[in-house]
Amino acid sequence: MAAKTLTIDGKQISAEENETVLQAATEAGIKIPTLCHLEGVYDVGACRLCIVEIAGTPKLLPACTTKVAEGMEVKTDSERLRKYRRMILELLFAERNHVCAVCVSNGHCELQALAYSLGMEHVRYDYTFPKWSVDTTHRLFGMDHNRCVLCTRCVRVCWHIEGAGTKNVSGRGAKSKIITDLNQSWGTSDSCTECGKCVMACPTGALFQKGSTVGEMERDRDKLEFIVTAREKKQWIAD
Amino acid sequence: MIYHDLIAIKEKELAARKKIVLRCCLAAGCMSSDAKGVKEQLAKAVAEAGLQDQVEVRGVGCMKLCCEGPLVAADPQNALYVKVTAANAPSIVAALNGGQANAAQTNPDAAFFKKQFSIVLANSGVVDPERIEGYIAADGYQALHEVLHEMTPKDVVEAMVKSGLRGRGGAGFPTGLKWGTVAKSPSAKKYVICNADEGDPGAFMDRSVLESDPHSVLEGMAIAAYAVGADQGFIYCRAEYPLAIARLNLAIKQAKTLGLLGAGIFESPFNFNIDIRIGAGAFVCGEETALMASVEGKRGTPRPRPPFPAESGLFGCPTLLNNVETFANVPAIYRKGAEWFAGIGTEKSKGTKVFALAGKIKNTGLIEVPMGTPLRTIVEEMGGGAPDGGTIKAVQTGGPSGGCIPSQHLDTPVDYESLGKLGSIMGSGGMIVMDQTTNMVEIARFFMEFCMDESCGKCIPCRAGTVQMHHILDKIANRQATARDLAKLEELCDMVRNTSLCGLGQTAPNPTMSTLRFFRNEYEALLQPDPFGPHSNGAAKQPELATK
Amino acid sequence: MATVWLGGCAGCHMSFLDLDEFLIELADAVDLVYSPVVDVKDYPENVDLCLIEGAVCNEDNLEILHKIRARTKVLVSFGDCAVTGNVPAMRNQLGIDNAENVLQRAYIENAQNNPAVPKADGIVPQLLENVRPVHEMVYVEYFLPGCPPPAARIKSLVAQLLAGAVPKQEGEQLKFG
Ligand SMILES: Cc1cc2nc3c(=O)[nH]c(=O)nc-3n(C[C@H](O)[C@H](O)[C@H](O)COP(=O)(O)O)c2cc1C
Ligand code: SF4
Ligand code: SF4
Ligand code: SF4
Ligand code: SF4
Ligand code: FES
Ligand code: FES
Repeated sequence: MAAKTLTIDGKQISAEENETVLQAATEAGIKIPTLCHLEGVYDVGACRLCIVEIAGTPKLLPACTTKVAEGMEVKTDSERLRKYRRMILELLFAERNHVCAVCVSNGHCELQALAYSLGMEHVRYDYTFPKWSVDTTHRLFGMDHNRCVLCTRCVRVCWHIEGAGTKNVSGRGAKSKIITDLNQSWGTSDSCTECGKCVMACPTGALFQKGSTVGEMERDRDKLEFIVTAREKKQWIAD
Repeated sequence: MIYHDLIAIKEKELAARKKIVLRCCLAAGCMSSDAKGVKEQLAKAVAEAGLQDQVEVRGVGCMKLCCEGPLVAADPQNALYVKVTAANAPSIVAALNGGQANAAQTNPDAAFFKKQFSIVLANSGVVDPERIEGYIAADGYQALHEVLHEMTPKDVVEAMVKSGLRGRGGAGFPTGLKWGTVAKSPSAKKYVICNADEGDPGAFMDRSVLESDPHSVLEGMAIAAYAVGADQGFIYCRAEYPLAIARLNLAIKQAKTLGLLGAGIFESPFNFNIDIRIGAGAFVCGEETALMASVEGKRGTPRPRPPFPAESGLFGCPTLLNNVETFANVPAIYRKGAEWFAGIGTEKSKGTKVFALAGKIKNTGLIEVPMGTPLRTIVEEMGGGAPDGGTIKAVQTGGPSGGCIPSQHLDTPVDYESLGKLGSIMGSGGMIVMDQTTNMVEIARFFMEFCMDESCGKCIPCRAGTVQMHHILDKIANRQATARDLAKLEELCDMVRNTSLCGLGQTAPNPTMSTLRFFRNEYEALLQPDPFGPHSNGAAKQPELATK
Repeated sequence: MATVWLGGCAGCHMSFLDLDEFLIELADAVDLVYSPVVDVKDYPENVDLCLIEGAVCNEDNLEILHKIRARTKVLVSFGDCAVTGNVPAMRNQLGIDNAENVLQRAYIENAQNNPAVPKADGIVPQLLENVRPVHEMVYVEYFLPGCPPPAARIKSLVAQLLAGAVPKQEGEQLKFG
């Protein structure tokens, strides 16, 4: 495959033709903040945290869905990008009810980690304090909509890795909601195979194993990667 | 069908023309005030007067002055009756022979009509949209014939480039360039899609075109399909337009029957079919990638571009997607020539633009004017200015993605570049006039609420950002906001515009930013003092702490 | 310097007491003029620094907060309740009647003896319609998240302020929860 040379943050990088800017940066050890990206499933470019500046393009583009090109000059960090990323995070915290102190994911949450690593020490927008429910009808897992960031990682793994097609999105705008089957309680879902992949994929405390209490919900994302590698490359490599 | 057959239909139709035609608007605007009843009574009155051989009562599309509907026109008497009721019918018929009509009339030679320049709306209000023969009599489908038999697909694309037509769906992308990209793709399967989702509040141009002259859109699509090498077309029309959908269905059926759609059109190897897909009423489904997802039967949410539809569109195939009005321009361009078209309008904006004129203005309705026509001509001369002695304060174009142009800029020519310079956009053609009583903060809040409700929720800046911007606008309007809130609003506008995934989010801040640009004083007048804000303790800067 | 305790669990103040020997250093550098651990009734004038624990839950909280803002140079939102509303703000999700519902549940439904909502004008403050974080009510200079913020985090911020610097907190020092 043809290789492309580009610079990311001033660093000369060579990447394969079909790679995304995010892949190229990751290989070069440059970290770009991401939230909706999940190794193993296709990208949707929804969270906009991975936006980067590309010379010659007036628009900011998401690194996870932008393909590398010859001679591309990418900037993954700037005053402006940092400001926008922080604002996006503030919007997320103001959008639903995140009470880290009593959250199963406290300390293991991608959203929380993004917030502190991007210097978000408080949220400047008025909290909306919406009313959302918690679905604990499933035998093994629970879903707390208060903590969902609508990244659709659960939907994508459920459809494209497990192939069950249980999880979906209903509604639109701020009323969007992750649903199971035809918007019924998870416990009554016929299609859920109880594989737990969605729980493993979730970046926040929205999906959790029942019985976990504050801070106990740790995820083993390597398992997802293992399954994807096994399926796509027919290699069974577990660390 | 060959050319000869087409001309035969035209001549037969013309030969059967009666001396007098009563044109009766049967588009949705007039239909909502009993135009159908008016037409029936007119036909009955004609029969009762024994004038069937001399008078045709013809249902036609929109006659443009919708606010005065139902409209009835009498040819060749050059009379235009307004607000006609079924009871007026006998006297209108009587007036054909010198009697006195008891229906109100308006001057068909007024500026509202005379300043129009019709390409897209040439048949609107003239031909019967439910009869293909009417369209053929107006030279319909001749362009398609010429294209299929006299031009190569490459010629067709080149002529489109030369015409200078730009997309009428909002962004003004050069149509020829788009056709060329799809044409160049080697894919065996390609699609043509007509975007008839028209979701902007206040816009009804596309609906009128579909209801008044559906065949022009079908012919335009067929020419485009030939140019790019597609054999299947879709029209994505919103469910709120039942009349447009019914007329499109009828038009497709008629065109198929005559062999103007389907296999081997005009005895050429060119095949083209058109199907209708009905949208369920989400504004975002007008965005091209969301629209295609919806046609595929998926949830209608946009996806990042590239790849653009021209490279990978519907079902992964190269897809040409144009707006209704864009397609409706096409037949005339090939019938009259690209040079003719390029001679109309301004240097960078060719042809005409249809606007749905609405709001605080005397004459509301449809207007079509050459690009570059000053706004003032449209709102003051044609629109007749603000009603009830009011003064015009601003003109809004581009709907929820556009901006407000204040009255001091009324001399701005209407073209893509000039409107863009003023922080607005041409948009799809909604034009809302505001008078001195309009509260600009309310306007910004209204459009922000629209965007908030219509956000698909996929990306965070738009989904959560519109909620916060709306919240701040709400606070400002309710006199609960401080200067700090206004600063936050401006910062959000900038972020949402630069980081959102699709055009909805990217343009959602426009109405707010444009009213802030021209009417900032209205915002500031509503701001409250900030007694507990920074430095409310008297300190002018970061205070130094005293230690022991 | 002052510290106040609004709608919170006092955990942040416990963490403050965990400063151990730094408390002694601090005592040398500042006068603690108002605090739950100091017996002063009225918030004094000309305070340099105030750490505010807890969310703004009732009229009393709001009143003193306004007084604090007017009389203090630098405010620090101290702990998650002050910064985000945290657990006290969970009642907001119950909608417009949340204050009434919470009182009913606490003092009537779950009461073992004498169910009655306490009411004594001027003594028991009225709950606000919504619980809000401190910075939504008054301007706040600095933020110290954490539930509670670990002593080391408090020390770092206070020490920087004492040194006259604009305090910088980074990475995990800003973690909520
Ligand atoms: C949120 C949103 C809504 C849109 N709605 C419409 C619409 O209703 N009709 C339309 O023709 N184009 C609409 N567009 C523009 C289309 O995405 C597309 O650019 C256009 O249909 C292309 O056709 P054109 O080149 O002929 O203008 C919309 C775009 C966005 C971002
Ligand atoms: S999901 Fe993450 S950010 Fe949200 S409450 Fe839990 S730990 Fe905090
Ligand atoms: S457990 Fe598996 S099948 Fe069930 S919803 Fe999650 S991913 Fe889908
Ligand atoms: S439940 Fe988790 S994985 Fe699914 S959308 Fe919400 S945050 Fe993402
Ligand atoms: S900008 Fe708005 S409408 Fe467009 S993808 Fe994002 S959320 Fe959806
Ligand atoms: S990770 Fe790229 S947009 Fe979310
Ligand atoms: S709808 Fe009848 S004139 Fe426009």
